Amino acid sequence: MSAQQPAADVLESLTARFPGLESSTYRGQTRVVVAEANSLELLAFLAESGFDLLVDVTCVDYLEYRNATRRYGLVYLLASTATATRLTVRVYLDDPDPAVRTVCGLWQSAEWLEREVWDMFGIRFLGHPDLRRLLMPEEFTAHPLRKDYPLQGRGERHNFPILTRDDG
Amino acid sequence: MSIAPDHDARVRPATVAREEDYLWTLNFGPQHPATHTTLRLVLKLEGERVVDALPEMGYLHSGFEKIGEHLTFNQYVTVTDRMNYISPMANNVAWHHAVETLLGIELTPRCKVIRTIIAELARISDHLLCNGAVGLDTGAFTFFLYGFYQREVIYDIFETLCGARFTNSYTRVGGVSQDFTPLVIEKIRTFLRTFPKTLDDMERLLTRNRIFVDRTKGVGVLTKEEAINRGASGPVARASGVTRDLRKDEPYLAYADYDFQVCCAAAGDCYARYLVRMQEMRESLKIVSQALENIPAGEVNVGMDQRVARPTKQQVYSTIEGTIAHFELSMSNRSFDVPYEESYAAVEAPNGELGFYIVGDGDDTAYRARCRPPALLHFSLFPHLIRGHTLSDVVAVLGSLNIIAAELDR
Repeated sequence: MSAQQPAADVLESLTARFPGLESSTYRGQTRVVVAEANSLELLAFLAESGFDLLVDVTCVDYLEYRNATRRYGLVYLLASTATATRLTVRVYLDDPDPAVRTVCGLWQSAEWLEREVWDMFGIRFLGHPDLRRLLMPEEFTAHPLRKDYPLQGRGERHNFPILTRDDG
Repeated sequence: MSIAPDHDARVRPATVAREEDYLWTLNFGPQHPATHTTLRLVLKLEGERVVDALPEMGYLHSGFEKIGEHLTFNQYVTVTDRMNYISPMANNVAWHHAVETLLGIELTPRCKVIRTIIAELARISDHLLCNGAVGLDTGAFTFFLYGFYQREVIYDIFETLCGARFTNSYTRVGGVSQDFTPLVIEKIRTFLRTFPKTLDDMERLLTRNRIFVDRTKGVGVLTKEEAINRGASGPVARASGVTRDLRKDEPYLAYADYDFQVCCAAAGDCYARYLVRMQEMRESLKIVSQALENIPAGEVNVGMDQRVARPTKQQVYSTIEGTIAHFELSMSNRSFDVPYEESYAAVEAPNGELGFYIVGDGDDTAYRARCRPPALLHFSLFPHLIRGHTLSDVVAVLGSLNIIAAELDR
C-alpha cells in the first residue's frame, strides 16, 4: 500500500553530493528537506539520477500549524518511471516575498503546477516563462489558499463592477 | 532634404503588415458543446491550421482544496465525488486511500476486494464516456449511445449498492458505507455477461471505420519522452509507450492478486489513446470477474478497536466497547487521532495518477488536502499537441485527453 522508496544507492549519492541533507521516512515515503539556496541544484541532480516524472508541485501554509517555524513548505513530488520509486523534496520559505527558482527547465510539467502555486499561495518562481494566475481571474489580488484568507472570501463575489448600458 | 533614418523606421512598421496580423483568433469556449464542460481555448488560426492555442481554465474553480481544510475526512469524500464526476467512485477510493495511508490503517480483505470492484466499474464507466465523447465529437452518435446505455447499467449497480447513481460518496475511513448484497453481486454478474457484446459492437462501429481512423490517426502525437517530461499519466501516457500503471507498479487494494495486463500503445496519437481505453475496459472486465467470484467473507469495515470506522449497531447496543467507540466517533471533538504528519498516496484513476497530499494536524479534518489532478497536466499538453493541426482536429484531441473541468479547476 505504501509508495516505493528510492534505492539505497540513490539516497547515498544524494547525501554524498549534498551533505547535511535532512531526510526522513513516513509510511514508506522518503522525504528530503533542502534549503532554498540549494533547491535547484538538488532537483537538477535528481532529474539526472532517474527521477524523470514530476508528479506534483504544491505548498502547505504552516501559519496555524503546531510548532511551525517557517511559514511555507513547498513540496516537490518526484517519481522515477524506470524504477517505480518516489521521493518528496521539501523547501521551506518565509514571508515576506517567498520565492524559489523555477524547475521548468527540468520538467515541463512544472509550468502549470508552479503557476497554480503562485496563484494560490503567492510564491514567486524566478525564471518562470509565464508566471500568471491559473485558476483565479487575472484581476484577483489575494492568494486564496493561504491560511489568512477566509473560506468565504473577502466579498469579491459581491463587488463586481456594475457596467450599465451607457458605459459600454 | 532626405528623410531622417529614424523617421523612416517609425513609419515602416505601421505600413507593413506583420505576419501575425493575418492570423485569425477564434475563441473556443467556455460554453461550447465540444469543450467538455467549461474550459476555454483561444486559437490562432491560419486558415484552418492552428498556429497556437492558449488554454484558459478556472471557470469551474470551487475552492475544493480550501474546503478540504474545513471538512472531516468522511465529509470531504462528498466533495471528491464532484471532481472527476464521470467516475466518482474512483475519486472516493483515491481520497480514502490517501487518508488511510496517512493514518496507517490496513483495510479488511473484503473491503479491499469491494473497493477494487467498484474502482474498475468506475474505470469502465469513465472510458465509455471518454471514447463515447471522442466518437460523438467526430460524428459517431450511435457509438456514443451504445456506451451510454451501458453506463446506465453501471449507474443502476451503484444505485442498488449505495443509493446514489452518481455522487456516491461510497467509501469511509476504514471501510465503505454499505456492504455488497447478493442483489448487487447478481447485477454485476449480469453486467459482466452482457457488456462484452456491446463492447464488440462498439469496436465494430469505430475501430476500423475509415472516417474515424482518418480523423484520429496521426493527430495529436505525443512522444514517450514528452509524455513523461510533461507529466502525463494514465491512458494518455500509456498510449505513448510509457508503461507506468500504478496498479502494477505500486499495487494497492487487491490488485496484486489478479491477473490483468497493462495496455500500452506506441503511436501516441488520438487513435492510440482510443485503442488503449477500449482495451483497458476489457482488462477491467477481467479484474471484476476474477474479484467477484472470490470476495472474502468477513467484516467490511475495520474493527472498532482502531476507532476509525463506526461499529455495527449490534455492537453498539450490546457491548460497552461498541458504545464507547460510537460515542467517540460521533462527537466532533473526540474523533480519531491523526498524526502530525504529511503523506501522499495515489491511485490509478481512469484519467491517470490521481493522488492526494494530506497534512494531518491531530483531528480528523485535514490541515491541507491537495488533489493532484491528472486532467490539469493533460490540459497543459494541449497547445503542444494541436500545433499544426486543423480546427477539426481540436475536438478529436481535446476529447482524447479526457479533460474534466471539475477535476481541472477543483
